[in-house]
Amino acid sequence: MALDVARIRQDFPILHQEMNGHPLVYLDNAATTQKPRQVIQALVDYYEGYNANVHRGIHTLAERATEAYEGAREKVARLIGSPSPNQVVFTRNGTEGMNMVAYGWARRRLKPGDVIVTTAMEHHSNLVPWQQTALETGATLKYVDLLPDGTLNQESYDRLLSEGNVKIVAFSAASNVLGTLNPVEEMVAKAHQVGAKVMVDAVQAVPHMPVDVTRWDADWISASGHKMLAPTGTGFLWGKLELLDEMEPTYFGGSMISEVHLSGAAWAECPAKFEAGTPNIADFIAFGAAVDYLTALGMENVHEHEQALTEYAWEKLSNIEGVRLFGPRQPRAGLISFDVAGIHPHDVSAVLNADGIAIRVGHHCAQPLMEILDVPATNRASFYIYNTTEEIDRLVEAVEHAKEFFGYVA
Amino acid sequence: MSLEGQHPAKLDALYQQVILDHYRRPRNKGAVENPVVKKHLHNPTCGDDLEVQVSLGSDGKIDAVRWQGRGCSISMASASMMSQALKGKTLAEAEEMMQTFYAMMRAEPGNYKPLGEIQALQGVSKFPVRIKCATLAWKCLEQGLREKEGGSGDGHQRT
Repeated sequence: MALDVARIRQDFPILHQEMNGHPLVYLDNAATTQKPRQVIQALVDYYEGYNANVHRGIHTLAERATEAYEGAREKVARLIGSPSPNQVVFTRNGTEGMNMVAYGWARRRLKPGDVIVTTAMEHHSNLVPWQQTALETGATLKYVDLLPDGTLNQESYDRLLSEGNVKIVAFSAASNVLGTLNPVEEMVAKAHQVGAKVMVDAVQAVPHMPVDVTRWDADWISASGHKMLAPTGTGFLWGKLELLDEMEPTYFGGSMISEVHLSGAAWAECPAKFEAGTPNIADFIAFGAAVDYLTALGMENVHEHEQALTEYAWEKLSNIEGVRLFGPRQPRAGLISFDVAGIHPHDVSAVLNADGIAIRVGHHCAQPLMEILDVPATNRASFYIYNTTEEIDRLVEAVEHAKEFFGYVA
Repeated sequence: MSLEGQHPAKLDALYQQVILDHYRRPRNKGAVENPVVKKHLHNPTCGDDLEVQVSLGSDGKIDAVRWQGRGCSISMASASMMSQALKGKTLAEAEEMMQTFYAMMRAEPGNYKPLGEIQALQGVSKFPVRIKCATLAWKCLEQGLREKEGGSGDGHQRT
């Protein structure tokens, strides 16, 4: 079912403004999405109506706050098909989830000779924690390489798995630069065949398409809330219960204990043991409102809308002389990285900005991938539920403007 | 459809004609014969990469500044303009000009006429993320001068 974009746009106050004399076109959704009134209102409702600390106190405000906070966890659990809400650990962002697994699980188990497999297309958040884990434990880090079309070389993956001793495989479901959608189920199954655990970076997947953790069968997935309509400071780590039970907490203190004596302490059950101290209550309640919003639209419909926009943008951008698009055409996530011959992305973005269009430029926290692509940086347009084909037309006009401004010569 | 000039104020504040001219026709690219200053810097945020070399004449004044690298129009134009402006200056005068340029980037009130056409970069001070682009060439000079005095450095480092 097609999204009613005109109605959706009415829910996003920020979109109705002029930027440098033009109606704002926001195409930086892979960095963070805008927030609908419903999410902003959830923050206001909490602070004006039932602000209290959670999981402590038996007064009514505390009960209401706890119910709303835990209610958000249940919503996230339902969204991703988690068997239990207790498998959803709230984090600050996607990065924190990867680090929790690296610290709380991998560093305690890996030893010299063990192997961590990740890929050359990872965001730094699913790369640097593993580099550090390898340094600390003496394990070896190996990278799945890329095919020229920007997909993972599955033969390289198979080879790395067959070389033995692989304890952890970490890869992204969707690349934040190339837009590549990796075959999660297939890659997870292969890793499990050799006895490895799998961490999936789902940051660019959960906001954009139906995700079913049971079907994926990954051991952990990490995602962020602010890339799916929720406030910044929200994310979650999902894991299989037995692994979450095995993991050590990253932080220690209040809320995460079952009992404390002067002689020592024992940890609470998951997810409490990973959420030390007073959590970001308001923002997670608003995360719940964001999940409600997306669920009402239907993730299948969200995905279809983005696919249509992305295909439209690919067609239009690829017809501009001097524009090079990165990654596979299909299947792909709702984002397109591109460069314009002879014009540095910072210059492209400056012209686009003057025309009221917000995109991301830079290395997108994927410097190794930039080296492979042999570019200093790329431009990236990323789409969401409120974007339209008219906005993509504006993007295309602005890219032409940039070429004209900098005196593009073929 | 031409969009040129639709909102000239905003774009022109950043990209004055003289900047675009240096970007399209960069001056003094290359290397000098006997560099007294040679410094390569990399700005990881935007991928800008630049090396600046300076040589002195028999009178002790700068007789050539050459540079090479890749980056955005602001960083390339800044290197190009700097290479012209420094010619004929003593190293002390070059250092003084560098301090004047940094003050302009910090948007401090002052007399920037001695910078000549480099004043075209004044607008960059209003775009915080681009200041690093404009100063990259000058940072090469600064660190190159420091290494010349200290006699150390590996000649390649990050900003």
